[in-house]
Amino acid sequence: MAVRKTRVPMPEQGSAERIGNFNEVPLGYTAEMAQEEAGRCLQCKNPPCIEGCPVAVQIPQFIAAIKEGDFRRAIRTIKETNNLPAVCGRVCPQEEQCEVRCVLRKKGEPIAIGRLERFAADWEAAEGLAEIEKTGPDKARKVAVIGSGPAGLTVAGDLAKKGYRVTVFEALHAAGGVLVYGIPEFRLPKAIVEREVDYVRKLGAEVLTNVVVGYTLTIDDLKEQGYDAIFLGTGAGLPRFMGIPGENLNGVYSANEFLTRTNLMKSYLFPEYDTPIKCGRRVAVVGGGNVAMDAVRCALRLGAEEAYIVYRRSDEEMPARREEIEHAKEEGVRFRLLTNPKRILGDEKGWVSGMECLQMELGEPDASGRRRPVPIEGSEFVLEVDTVVMALGTRPNPVLPRQIQGLELRSWGGIIADEETGRTSAPGIWAGGDSVTGSATVILAMGAGKKAAADMDRYLRGK
Amino acid sequence: MYEIIEKRTLNPTIKLFVVKAPLVARRAEPGQFVMVRIHEKGERIPLTIADYNPGAGTVTIVVQEVGKTTALLGAMEPGDSLPDFLGPLGVPAELPTGGRVMCVGGGVGVAPVYPKAKAMFERGVEVISVIGARTAELLILEEEMRAVSRKLYVTTDDGSKGHHGFVTDIVDRLLREEGSYDEVIAVGPLVMMQAVARVTKPHGVKTWVSLNPIMVDGTGMCGACRVTVGGKTRFCCVDGPMFDGHEVDFEEAIRRARMYQEEETLAREQCRCGGEGYGG
Repeated sequence: MAVRKTRVPMPEQGSAERIGNFNEVPLGYTAEMAQEEAGRCLQCKNPPCIEGCPVAVQIPQFIAAIKEGDFRRAIRTIKETNNLPAVCGRVCPQEEQCEVRCVLRKKGEPIAIGRLERFAADWEAAEGLAEIEKTGPDKARKVAVIGSGPAGLTVAGDLAKKGYRVTVFEALHAAGGVLVYGIPEFRLPKAIVEREVDYVRKLGAEVLTNVVVGYTLTIDDLKEQGYDAIFLGTGAGLPRFMGIPGENLNGVYSANEFLTRTNLMKSYLFPEYDTPIKCGRRVAVVGGGNVAMDAVRCALRLGAEEAYIVYRRSDEEMPARREEIEHAKEEGVRFRLLTNPKRILGDEKGWVSGMECLQMELGEPDASGRRRPVPIEGSEFVLEVDTVVMALGTRPNPVLPRQIQGLELRSWGGIIADEETGRTSAPGIWAGGDSVTGSATVILAMGAGKKAAADMDRYLRGK
Repeated sequence: MYEIIEKRTLNPTIKLFVVKAPLVARRAEPGQFVMVRIHEKGERIPLTIADYNPGAGTVTIVVQEVGKTTALLGAMEPGDSLPDFLGPLGVPAELPTGGRVMCVGGGVGVAPVYPKAKAMFERGVEVISVIGARTAELLILEEEMRAVSRKLYVTTDDGSKGHHGFVTDIVDRLLREEGSYDEVIAVGPLVMMQAVARVTKPHGVKTWVSLNPIMVDGTGMCGACRVTVGGKTRFCCVDGPMFDGHEVDFEEAIRRARMYQEEETLAREQCRCGGEGYGG
């Protein structure tokens, strides 16, 4: 059989159907599809794909196992380095990590690594297997992990596997961090997150919800309780607003609030679930990242008739994954590019009635290397919307860092941590994920967690 | 799970619960709050800590039944458990250790005033308290407040007990006649706190109010609780809940508090139709 140049397509829910529900959009490969796609892998001697993976999954190995139909070996291989494969297979930007390095790209499409990873993880879940493999004997040392998002779960999983006594402290009532409050059901079903959290629990980590370190317990309390090493994976908490007039009108949300209500609190099922959301008929989401795409696609599913992305640069500069932008376009999202809000207008009762925007043009490149958007004078126009969602990124929550003596922070509040080890300036404290980098991706947080876990292990052995 | 140890009915719609939550009790200070969820499909609501006992590991909350969640909570009994009880959150009140302070509580707002009055009273502050309600039977924690106040004034809107009128009448009179208050702490409905702040402003008395806006996570993540104070946007959950009453944009706070009125009505009606009922 000739090797196909294009990847085996993955079935999806049609766009007309899916905007009426919160079910997952891509439906996953069948075993036949997965084996056919796996057959395209060249099994490179020096595989470049692995270099692109922040957690160094042995990609050709697991793909070979899928090709042979040994799915159990495939998932086992992945789980040697990745505790959250079902999550990564869905939300990693493979196109700029592993797949972008694939040799097949020279003549066609790269191998669909993410889809195959997802297939292997889902196969394991369907078979109800989830084998637990510990790599070290039980140890007496205690590790505290603060935050149960992707960085924290990775640290917890890796160190629990090695036999440490790990406790994860989560502020919310459910574990998973951004995986449960931020990423919508249609992109990452919550049942999958629960499964991955359960896996980390089965490895031996204890996960405590309703404990917000900084309030319920302090870092000093943890040290007194005998935790020998502490990992801060607290994420980027505080939402940013633009500082323009009208942002406190009723009907203006931060993306964090809009998504938390929708995903964590399931307000799309109100009144079966108690948390309401006010999503109007015409919704503008300000921003061009993945979070903006998540919010705007939620708005459609919450019943918005018109949903806009308002972004101040052009299509090329949008930081969201292409796949997310394409999905949003298919679903009917309208993109108002080179457009920047100037103020939000309100009606007599204080509800959003519109958003005055300026047209922009691209000027000289700025510090980020992207061409700087410059307002076109006199180009004001009003976008008629009744709901505005600000998806402009977040800043780290200062409550915990400011309680830790000797912890050095960046000017914007990010924790300073060594890139290779995750060590902070405070002894016995590591950090990784968005609390260090600012808003980034799930896999980068996991990569940081991986490095920190390895260094924490070295530190604890030497202690 | 967080077990309800004790329940007291303070008035037909206000219930007091003592909840077993040792970690919260250990760190709680006056002015702080907890986020509570009462069942698996429930919303997260902020409730002010009304008292705490680190030794017994308990935290007291006082709940007025205004919507579905508070109505269902009001119907819970000792032995029942709350699945989620997160805290203590927010910035503790910066309470003076001397001088003379007026504590003003309206309606269910008397409950959050109480731990502050108590803490100050124990430190030797001259606490003068003014508490009010619509009518005598709705007045709560009168005896508790009396025990921690040098003097206690009671007002009812209908004159069924104490002064016939609003708490602001007494606040105004005391400031005029007695002067020399170091601070006023006022907690109650937004309109009451706004009125108190208006009355105290010409006297130049520092006036603290405690806000209780809509929150989702309660830890600084969602920004639902933003409030304008001194022209700046603040997050009530991490910057508050206590703010300078003379700087708070009350009109905005009142408007934002009404954001989900329709949904609240719908939820409450459905809850009634569903026959789950609510005590009281």
